[in-house]
Amino acid sequence: MYRYDEFDHAFVAARVEQFKDQVQRRLSGELTEEQFRPLRLMNGVYLQLHAYMLRVAVPYGTLSGRQMRRLGHIARVYDRGYGHFTTRQNIQYNWPALSDIPAILDELAEVEMHAMQTSGNCIRNVTADHFAGVAADEVADPRPFAEILRQWSSLHPEFSYLPRKFKIAVTGAEHDRAAIQVHDIGLHLKTNEAGELGFAVYVGGGQGRTPMVAKKIRDFLPAEDLLSYTTAIVRVYNLHGRRDNKYKARIKILVHETGTEELTRQIEAEWQALKESDLKLPQGDIDAIDSYFRPPVLPQRPEGWGALAAAKRTDTGFAAWVDQNVTPHKNPDYGVVTISLKPIGGIPGDASAEQMELVADIAEKFSQDEIRVSHEQNLVLPHVALADLHTVYELLLADGLATANAGLITDIIACPGLDYCALANARSIPVAQRISERFGAAERQSEIGELKIKISGCINACGHHHVGHIGILGVEKKGEELYQITLGGSADEITTVGEITGRGFSSEEVVDAIEKIVDTYLGLRTGKDENFLAAYRRVGAAPFKEALYGEVSRAA
Amino acid sequence: MTIKVLTANRLRDGEVVWYGADGEWRETIEGVLVARDADAAAALESVGKAAIRANLVVDVNLIDVEDRGGELYPLRLRERIRISGPTIDYEPRKTASA
Repeated sequence: MYRYDEFDHAFVAARVEQFKDQVQRRLSGELTEEQFRPLRLMNGVYLQLHAYMLRVAVPYGTLSGRQMRRLGHIARVYDRGYGHFTTRQNIQYNWPALSDIPAILDELAEVEMHAMQTSGNCIRNVTADHFAGVAADEVADPRPFAEILRQWSSLHPEFSYLPRKFKIAVTGAEHDRAAIQVHDIGLHLKTNEAGELGFAVYVGGGQGRTPMVAKKIRDFLPAEDLLSYTTAIVRVYNLHGRRDNKYKARIKILVHETGTEELTRQIEAEWQALKESDLKLPQGDIDAIDSYFRPPVLPQRPEGWGALAAAKRTDTGFAAWVDQNVTPHKNPDYGVVTISLKPIGGIPGDASAEQMELVADIAEKFSQDEIRVSHEQNLVLPHVALADLHTVYELLLADGLATANAGLITDIIACPGLDYCALANARSIPVAQRISERFGAAERQSEIGELKIKISGCINACGHHHVGHIGILGVEKKGEELYQITLGGSADEITTVGEITGRGFSSEEVVDAIEKIVDTYLGLRTGKDENFLAAYRRVGAAPFKEALYGEVSRAA
Repeated sequence: MTIKVLTANRLRDGEVVWYGADGEWRETIEGVLVARDADAAAALESVGKAAIRANLVVDVNLIDVEDRGGELYPLRLRERIRISGPTIDYEPRKTASA
């Protein structure tokens, strides 16, 4: 894992001191809210419906046990005993007092964390594949490059007042688990024919009110050119992105209005001027950062194979959990464990202080002191020996963290929605809970198979509804909550934006509507190996619309 | 007619507050000052602006409510949730070790 050097420590400490002073001046009335607002946002502090909210960055979703334990401590001491892991691999606290936030930032700085650039019109937390460094299908670990981007973008003077927020995601595998094509910049780490490392570069993806799939503007960018090329992209955006209309200010609109070809030409021209500048990454620097992410030396644990098979035979709950939540590790004696934060009927992404501390303990003992946060709002233990799986399972089970539903219909992404969020128009969490309860039986989930439901409480789409196999968008109509359904979205290597089925459903109707969609799928799939998305892509929307709206939809 | 009350978040801790008939910002909607005509609403609006200037509160809003048999019922779900808190059972279960 990356460790702060002296510069990093001093940099974060200085920033905390600066914000402490700003909070003090706000509380004393020296700063008005208008003056303070952009300052607090740059430090991750929002004002939500019931309280302030602090969003803490988890760079590329990687945490140590010590860091996770501190997150739990903060939840207990300064908040109401829990936190919410988000779709950008961050954590949000829902109830901090403004006057406590400087102390929280001190606590975070001690464990090499901060809340910078988790809000505001700047380059946000760089996200990465949550299986980075361990996935069997990976070309190279994308996190060293995410860390290089983090260092480059932190308080970058040129890019602190962009037209709008800017999100970068990096993956190192062909199968995209980081949703790179719905980011402002998506980077796919790969090798060329000569075996050199570089990136396919995607630009202009995003969700929100105008969902767009990113365009690939370069098939191979040598790794050494990462910063010069990224600078060129962000510089062109900073110059030409729209500042007259908040809803048209993201780079996706610039790509759309300028045209991919012309914008690529502008970026390439800018890049020519930067290519041989100080931004060129010396191999020594790449290697230095890379060394922080070297895979841990994992002792051979071949006894795990037999132990695992034996435990699966005697413990059916464990067997189901292993089948659903444990994925192959590069080292065959190890597995990658997904800790579901989606208990049946629970709140997606929430974890209590005790749960965070438990995960910290387990990571230290059984996962080389590493934890990941996934954009699907789960946690990951990346290096668990097969021989330790049953012990880990029992520890997780005791604290409600062993739900065997990773990738299934109850593994729902949901934004905080109107229960917390000042921007939301409708609630998300209660809908997620009711769907989870409706489909919660293990046999039923297993029968349905892989199905990603994603729920947003407003068009800003923090719950990624556009790319849900089934997406649900909450709106407000005549003072009531109404839910629109989209089908066929996905955020993997074949990214698609879901299509709206038709008129929306009331809060009372929406779970029945989802059930009709699921039953329709089960009735028309060619077999269990044809998952929902594949079936939808084969048959299209018509059978689902008919199930939802009846014969009328045919004529319409 | 629709009547109005004044609500905000307290600057120091973000807590939801309503402007009370006693001239204090209070944490419950009971005992709030109710504006029943345009003049009273305008007066409440001025109170809100003054409270912002005095750095007591932020995000001040005059919201529509109905008087339902003596109980004030905000017309928007958003405001009802601000009164009741999240509609979900959000605080974590205490585990044995807690």
